[in-house]
Amino acid sequence: MKQFFYFIMIAFLSGGIGLFTPDVLSADDTYTISIKDHRFDPATLEVPAGKKLKLIVKNLDATPEEFESHDLKREKVIAGKSQAIMTIGPLKPGTYKFVGEYHEATAQGRIVAK
Amino acid sequence: MLATALIVFREVLEAALVVSIVLAATRSVFRRGVWVGSGVLGGLLGAVGVALFADVLSAAAAGAGQEIFNAVVLFIAVIMLGWHNVWMTRHGRELAANLKNAGEAVRIGAKPMHVLAIVVGMAVLREGSELVLFLYGVAASGPGEASGMLGGALAGLGVGAATGAALYFGLLRIPSRHLFSVTGWMILLLAAGMASQGAAFLVQADILPALGEGAWDTSALISDQGVAGKVLHTLVGYTARPYGIQLVFYVATLIAIGALMKMTNGAQQAASRTDAPRATLQRSN
Repeated sequence: MKQFFYFIMIAFLSGGIGLFTPDVLSADDTYTISIKDHRFDPATLEVPAGKKLKLIVKNLDATPEEFESHDLKREKVIAGKSQAIMTIGPLKPGTYKFVGEYHEATAQGRIVAK
Repeated sequence: MLATALIVFREVLEAALVVSIVLAATRSVFRRGVWVGSGVLGGLLGAVGVALFADVLSAAAAGAGQEIFNAVVLFIAVIMLGWHNVWMTRHGRELAANLKNAGEAVRIGAKPMHVLAIVVGMAVLREGSELVLFLYGVAASGPGEASGMLGGALAGLGVGAATGAALYFGLLRIPSRHLFSVTGWMILLLAAGMASQGAAFLVQADILPALGEGAWDTSALISDQGVAGKVLHTLVGYTARPYGIQLVFYVATLIAIGALMKMTNGAQQAASRTDAPRATLQRSN
């Protein structure tokens, strides 16, 4: 049993070391994308590079969607008629693609960081 | 239909691989089926619950609820896997000996099956909740579309389960005296991979610093989305573009569990040296 407690201790310590308070983001760093009829709106979103941003993805459809972006390293399930909030960046200038994994044929979009 | 099959397959694959490693690691354990089965069942029930409250979970912790939940689930599994490996360094030899002696299942009640049942439950819970949500979406999209997609979902489920079964029967071909050291290594890598994945979720929740967005980029070589990438991701924690902090967690987990296994092993060898005569006696029986 002793080892078990060591484990818990190590687990909590290693978790605790990295616990930082999240940065507070101002309202103008917030960007919103909607999902309607399995499409993103806007499909192309321009954002400033080199800044931390808050991205809100609103799913207006009744069915759930998985926001997935290999480029942004994000994978997030969004239930129907609800929204997801993500913190992304700071991004290097470039194009970052994302898809709705459950409706990949139509749900395609990209973020352009400038 | 193919798209559905692919999505379901990807969600099932990870859980199936974890289950097959656990099954191989518990070969010869009495009533392990009940334990593993209850892990799967508990995970499924939990998955339905998580799916039902997905919007609540998403909104929790300023939008980072899903990520924190995933990270916690992963870290619980890491602790259980580590605990199992430490236990095995203490009792693995007797288990392997029993395997050699008797072809049938031996009753070893002390084997911490509840620990592995939790691992199975956590794996099913995490992958399952996405699957439940996806299938709900399929069902909600109308009866015409749903029937075609049901076939795809079943196909994906079948192929995922078959992949797990292939790994399991492959592992059983390993001679029994090596089996537990092989599964021990696999569980060690599994745990390290899960810890690194958990760290990634905490970066996404803005709790941990990334320490570099991409320590390397091998997505052109083995993509995370492909089957090979998924399998490697589960088995050894492969990520095409890991955060720096993921490497830290990976290595730290390897060292932590490895060190505890070494400590246990050392203590055990010291103990067996002091009562060597008794040990010899036992062996001659």
